[in-house]
Amino acid sequence: MELKEKILKRLPDAGFEDAQYPTVTVEPDKLHELASMLCREEGYDFLVSLTGVDWGDSLGVVYHLARSGNPLDMIVLKTATADKEHPQLFSVTDLWETANLNEREAYGLLGINFINHPDMRRLFLNEKWKGFPLRKDYDASPENNPLSIESEPFSDKLRSLSFTTQGDIIEKEKELFGKEEYVVNIGPQHPSTHGVLHFRVSLDGELIRKVDPNLGYIHRGIEKMCESMTYPQMLHLTDRLDYLSAHINRHALCSCIEKAVEIEVSERVEYIRTMMDELQRIASHLLGWSAMCMDMGALTAFIYGMRDREKIIDIFQDTCGARLIMNYNVIGGVMYDLHPDFQKKVKEFIPYMRKIMKEYHQIFTGNVIADERMKSIGILSKEQAVSYGVTGPSGRASGFSCDVRKHRPYAAYGKIKFNEVLREEGDTFARYMVRLDEILESLNILEQLVDHIPEGPYQAKTKPIIRIPEGEYFQSVEAARGLFGVYICSKGDKSPYRLKFRSPGLSLVSIVDLISRNEKIADLIAIGGSLDYVVPDIDR
Amino acid sequence: MEVKGIYIKGVKNEEFKDTEYLQKYYVEELQQNGSNIVIGALDDLLNWGRSNSLWPLTFATSCCGIEFMCVGAARFDFARFGFEVTRSSPRQADVIVVAGTIVYKMAPVLKRLYDQMAEPKYVIAMGSCAISGGPFCESYHVAKGVQEIIPVDVFVPGCPPRPESLLYGMMQLQRKVKLDRFLESAQKSKKRRKEAVREIRENDGKLK
Repeated sequence: MELKEKILKRLPDAGFEDAQYPTVTVEPDKLHELASMLCREEGYDFLVSLTGVDWGDSLGVVYHLARSGNPLDMIVLKTATADKEHPQLFSVTDLWETANLNEREAYGLLGINFINHPDMRRLFLNEKWKGFPLRKDYDASPENNPLSIESEPFSDKLRSLSFTTQGDIIEKEKELFGKEEYVVNIGPQHPSTHGVLHFRVSLDGELIRKVDPNLGYIHRGIEKMCESMTYPQMLHLTDRLDYLSAHINRHALCSCIEKAVEIEVSERVEYIRTMMDELQRIASHLLGWSAMCMDMGALTAFIYGMRDREKIIDIFQDTCGARLIMNYNVIGGVMYDLHPDFQKKVKEFIPYMRKIMKEYHQIFTGNVIADERMKSIGILSKEQAVSYGVTGPSGRASGFSCDVRKHRPYAAYGKIKFNEVLREEGDTFARYMVRLDEILESLNILEQLVDHIPEGPYQAKTKPIIRIPEGEYFQSVEAARGLFGVYICSKGDKSPYRLKFRSPGLSLVSIVDLISRNEKIADLIAIGGSLDYVVPDIDR
Repeated sequence: MEVKGIYIKGVKNEEFKDTEYLQKYYVEELQQNGSNIVIGALDDLLNWGRSNSLWPLTFATSCCGIEFMCVGAARFDFARFGFEVTRSSPRQADVIVVAGTIVYKMAPVLKRLYDQMAEPKYVIAMGSCAISGGPFCESYHVAKGVQEIIPVDVFVPGCPPRPESLLYGMMQLQRKVKLDRFLESAQKSKKRRKEAVREIRENDGKLK
């Protein structure tokens, strides 16, 4: 392999593994050199996921890198430091902007300090939280961190570590907001933040100077909980991450486990899963559209969108027995076979939805006020989208071709024809239109599949206790908001050693500061609506 | 006497279950103490108005929030029962539907929201997360039920509850509101306050 030789030429100590993806292990002081070589010379400009891991005797980070031209041609970097008292690694924020929030997450949950990171604050937990939850020796007894109803002041000191010329590490502190700045709180209880997201916005008159997202108001510690659960048990938590793409999240975890333990699922299951994913995507985009329009003042659009979403929920309800949290995919198949009315209802739904889409465009898209508030507002360029790891409809609106369904077809996506919806403008209007066009594209996919569902078993037989062989596995799917990835590190047990969900929402929130600077504060609401993040997916 | 004479639009009285609480704390107390005929009638009038215009706060943290939105939207439409509009400001809301998980970082915010609401105010805990922490009760960062933070009037179980069950829970709250003795308890507390003041004065006199 050519790349391997190049790396070995530069760093002779690097260790290679041929796991699911080529894996390179390096010493922490060499990591930045290797990362910048891969990023700047080899074109690995997309940091898919950054995972902090407690390896027992050392603390480390696993980087999944990809090329933006082909987001699934991946390479994995690994590094670890044995110093558990004061773990320090080098930051890669200067190479990939998306590392910023991910490194803050690793700092908050594992206590790894990143040298040269501009802003070492905890991402999810309060600054005063005792202990680092994702470490294996974390003491979870409630006496350490009791439930308090007293508000804690936010820490506004941006701590950063850097090297002096002598090679010592010094700590610098900077205030987040200057004394002169006028700061407005938006959230955590605000109808337009789509959940409990907290922005602090520094204003100059009506113009936004800076946005600081404050996360963690719905951080439930799902990743830590998964470490003590068996694989079938943890499935139900995935539905509650991004509840608007419940099927798709669960599909990702199921297929990751199926690949790891080599369970073959039947073709019928692949078709069912694909159709359910697409129905879910339509439902999610409908809700995204409704909520965005409502945020911009069009309550009628909200009522319309919710009305049509109920039709999809009816289809789900027949087969899965639930409306929102379906618990439908299981390891090796799906929970129940399709309802006899499924095909009929889907066939009724497709023409209905096509017809109603025209109405949507009439009611909102052409509206002068809506156009004024959406066009040329909140522009994200393609390079920024790649660097910040923005995938899904928001990334594609900037021209970043990142559709996992297209680049590495999973389930039944390889057997059908569909277009990847791409736009170049990257503004709020483009994100809005990509979402609506994707609904039509999903309808096309459904139309191709609905008549050709093959016969076969809907569930493969699995062992009563599922153990994943030792190793690391990564599986990504295209969720309604972007690339949703599952990283499992297994030691051969019935529960994972470390499990990480790569959520598309975290990247979406990280660009709010970038794209809303110098826009008006009222446009922040429209920008947030067009990004369509779901906060429980970000906080996990 | 049973809990009766509470008229909820569209639903027969016999169809309601879980009336033990109302029976114990409202009906039996009323039977023991009686009620002033004028103030009682005024109370009934007030309660009729209040129970049919309970405005919820737009508050949702996770999945249950979507079902809450569905209840507000076209098919289920809680405006039919007087929940008319959701208010984005706690100052204008009568009831807070805690829809979703409450984590440690959110707890002070929820408490503040509750404190900001004007009296009389009510709380509905929607979904198993708000009741007990639900599927996340093992977690290090999740509050084990919202009643640790604020008092709860109605619990609606489910993960997430179906819109029908949320509507049922909201109607149960209406029944509770209809049994409130709002003016009477205000008058009683006025009486009690007068007595307390008199007692203090008498005691002061003795001390002097």
